Amino acid sequence: MRAETNIDFMSVRKPLAFLSVALVVLSVVLVLGRGLNLGLDFTGGTLVEVGSDEDIALQAVRDALGAEGYGDAVVMHFGSAREVLVRVPPDVVESADPEADGAGVNRDEVGQRVFEVLSRSIEGLDLRRVEFVGPQVGDELRDQSGLALLMALGMMLLYVWFRFTNKFGVATVTALFHDVIIVLGFFALIQGTFDLTVLAALLAIIGYSLNDTIVVADHIREDFRYSRMTDPEAIINQAINKTISRTLVTSLTTLLVLVSLYIFGGEMLRGFSVALIAGVIVGTYSSIYVASNVLMLMKVDKEDFRIPEPEELDEMP
Amino acid sequence: MARYPRWRFFLLLAVILFAGIYALPNVFPDSPAIQVTSAQAGGELAERDLQRVHSALEEAELSPGPGELDGHSWIVRLPDSEAQLRAQNIAERVLGDGYVVALNLVPNTPPWLRALGASPMNLGLDLQGGVHFLLQVDMDTAVEQRMEAWASEFRILLRDEGIRYRDVDERGTEIIASFASAEDMSEARGLARAHLPEFMVSSDEQANRLRLELTDDALREIKDYAVDQNRTALNNRVNELGVAEPLVQRQGADRIVVQLPGVQDAATARRILGRTATLEFRMVADDVDPRRVEAGRPPPGTEIFPYRDDRRPPVVLRRENIVTGDQVTNARSGFDQHGVPEVNITLDGTGARSMQRVSSRNIGKPMGVLFIETRTDFETYEDEDGEIRERAVTSQDKYVINVANIRDTLSSRFRITGLDSAAEASELALLLRAGGLAAPVYITEERTVGPSMGADNIEAGLNSLALGLFLVLLFMIFRYKVFGIVADIALVGNLVVIVGVMSLIPGATLTLPGIAGIVLTVGMAVDANVLIFERIRQELRKGASPREAIDFGYGRAFQTILDANITTLIVAVILFAAGTGTVQGFAVTLFIGILASMFTAIIGTRSIIELIYGGSGKRAPAQLSI
Repeated sequence: MRAETNIDFMSVRKPLAFLSVALVVLSVVLVLGRGLNLGLDFTGGTLVEVGSDEDIALQAVRDALGAEGYGDAVVMHFGSAREVLVRVPPDVVESADPEADGAGVNRDEVGQRVFEVLSRSIEGLDLRRVEFVGPQVGDELRDQSGLALLMALGMMLLYVWFRFTNKFGVATVTALFHDVIIVLGFFALIQGTFDLTVLAALLAIIGYSLNDTIVVADHIREDFRYSRMTDPEAIINQAINKTISRTLVTSLTTLLVLVSLYIFGGEMLRGFSVALIAGVIVGTYSSIYVASNVLMLMKVDKEDFRIPEPEELDEMP
Repeated sequence: MARYPRWRFFLLLAVILFAGIYALPNVFPDSPAIQVTSAQAGGELAERDLQRVHSALEEAELSPGPGELDGHSWIVRLPDSEAQLRAQNIAERVLGDGYVVALNLVPNTPPWLRALGASPMNLGLDLQGGVHFLLQVDMDTAVEQRMEAWASEFRILLRDEGIRYRDVDERGTEIIASFASAEDMSEARGLARAHLPEFMVSSDEQANRLRLELTDDALREIKDYAVDQNRTALNNRVNELGVAEPLVQRQGADRIVVQLPGVQDAATARRILGRTATLEFRMVADDVDPRRVEAGRPPPGTEIFPYRDDRRPPVVLRRENIVTGDQVTNARSGFDQHGVPEVNITLDGTGARSMQRVSSRNIGKPMGVLFIETRTDFETYEDEDGEIRERAVTSQDKYVINVANIRDTLSSRFRITGLDSAAEASELALLLRAGGLAAPVYITEERTVGPSMGADNIEAGLNSLALGLFLVLLFMIFRYKVFGIVADIALVGNLVVIVGVMSLIPGATLTLPGIAGIVLTVGMAVDANVLIFERIRQELRKGASPREAIDFGYGRAFQTILDANITTLIVAVILFAAGTGTVQGFAVTLFIGILASMFTAIIGTRSIIELIYGGSGKRAPAQLSI
């Protein structure tokens, strides 16, 4: 059995604090500036996925669509060169004349129409998927998702407030926001499609990241109470050393399954696994450094634990 | 085993066995099958017809399984999907119009498992392929139609009572009636209060005007009725389509979800769902000056309609309906003796009486059949707050499909011709049978997944689960030796419990994100064991004996692990509440997975560890393989 780890984690805390701040600021700039590449679920519109046994040339697809008045459709390969994804934006035009719309084609029939147009010029096409989301449903999904995100964060705040007091609460919550913002920034950077499954991943990250931070924070708090050491930095270091193997092992097993999801899960789960991989990596880092940095910043010391909280509160989840 | 209560060990065994039994049906692959039901809801199946189908299938050498009656449907298993398609064609030909033949996938759960109520998990549309529609009911039209009806009811009431009114008009959810004198108005007010309880009645004495305001309750009732009636009509239509296990469900105040698993032809489904086609029977006004027709100025009480095919001149019909489509109780398509498609129609009592009365008085005169089709699309606009909204745009096509001289008194049964094709005849028959929609609907969301894609998604999900599980199992053995093996056993047990619980809950549906949730759980579930094992290691380093280390490691384990998982549980609940469709599937598996992992990781591994290292006295372990 190996000896207990004893690494001086806190020695690099200052440069890492700058790194964290820089990443968060960069993420906010990216999300606000570049924006998220919102998926069909949120924007509305029509999406058609076609497949074939042979490679499909994108230009042929674009030409066929352009000739039929779908020139503003986005065309790209999906997963492989044998699959093509066509996304037709919703036309948010104020048209009172129903006939004005694409030669009298109902909006909900655009998907069918696109497939017909493509099958006429490309042989052996197979319709794999059609998704159509009306603008109102898209709006509602966007509102609902935003609400879910806020609700999750709110519940976590409530939970942290109930479980910790003062400085520990602030530290954990900072770590949580740190993770969520950086994952969002990462998605804005790679312009990955942000759809409902990515939102689900983001919520899972909220749960995972907080849980990870809490385990470390608990140890730090325990050591502040019972350790004979007085230097906050040394106490935090000791606590992190005690939890580091658990933190890393759990992150590693989670990353193992996420990587296999990334490899085998197909295009539909790619965004989901990318978001979670980013989230687990950032979450692991933040559980070690962000919460402890905030604690140091707030000059946590043994005085904060002079009067211990009632025991039962401590034991309740 | 002295220290560890024996019952926990048996509890573990019982839970795994129980979950295992209910997870078992998922191992047997589904069979392609055809499912025969009567075209009339709840109708009986004639044994003789079914025998004919079965022998026809045997003749075609499709090697059908024995037919099974299951409630109101009859199911025949077939060896592969090619045979399934051919069998459907054969069965449709043999049975004709009175039956619906659907393609289905039926589970092959062995009888003893079925007797225990075990069945495989429900698969979401993203895994089995199919069509999902979200239909928006156009409430404005529903309310408008009902208000018009009430206004005319009020007019009739006034007329019957001999009260003279200047004007009765509906505006939004109000009816405004104006009168010449104060007496008339106050009489009318009494009448409205007595006969129209849906309205709040107020009066303007100076202008002799009554204001009837629809109450909120009545408004809600109109809307509920519109959605429920539409749901029923859509349900009828879907049943006619021959879909094996369709779902037609109300969602929220004004939407209806329609899910058609296994349906590949979304275009037909869309047309059948959204379409409103109906018929009206009216007398032809044959004494009209043709010049008036050409000028487009029909005499009062008549209307001009184009003929279906442009070669024939437009027809002038009287405004009065003899019979409308909602008086049709049954409609069947077929061919007349010349092979021309026709629809055989049966009317209800009111319709039949009206038809009899009019036709007996008009023998020798022409009657026209008017075909009315309503299409609904939507347009988007920005409201005052800059929000993007949708509103329904309906357009109606009305044309005459048939004019024929009445040769004899008609009553409840007759037939019409003049349709383009057999397909159109059968679609019209279907729409007449299924009933009209109370309010127009339009599709506001559609998700269609092709069957090949569904199969690909299942494969992708299973492959990533297999690889993820393999890597985690390997890693745990590498890191924790014997304890790792124990954690691995618990992890596999955890999977069995998840699948068992998912199969047991009737409403739970497995989706692709749901599989992702299971895969994620595999990675996160070992966390509980990692926490315990790391603690045991720490204690051993401090010099504790193996016995003490195990006890300490598992001491308060439940508290710690619940604490570590509670955040993810909260998130899963939120995601379930706020999410839709496939994402809810993720929330469900995540939630079940975490609960199951807490059980298997705490009680499960402890039981096995005690079996291995639980000896006391001389048999107490000298060291642990961790």
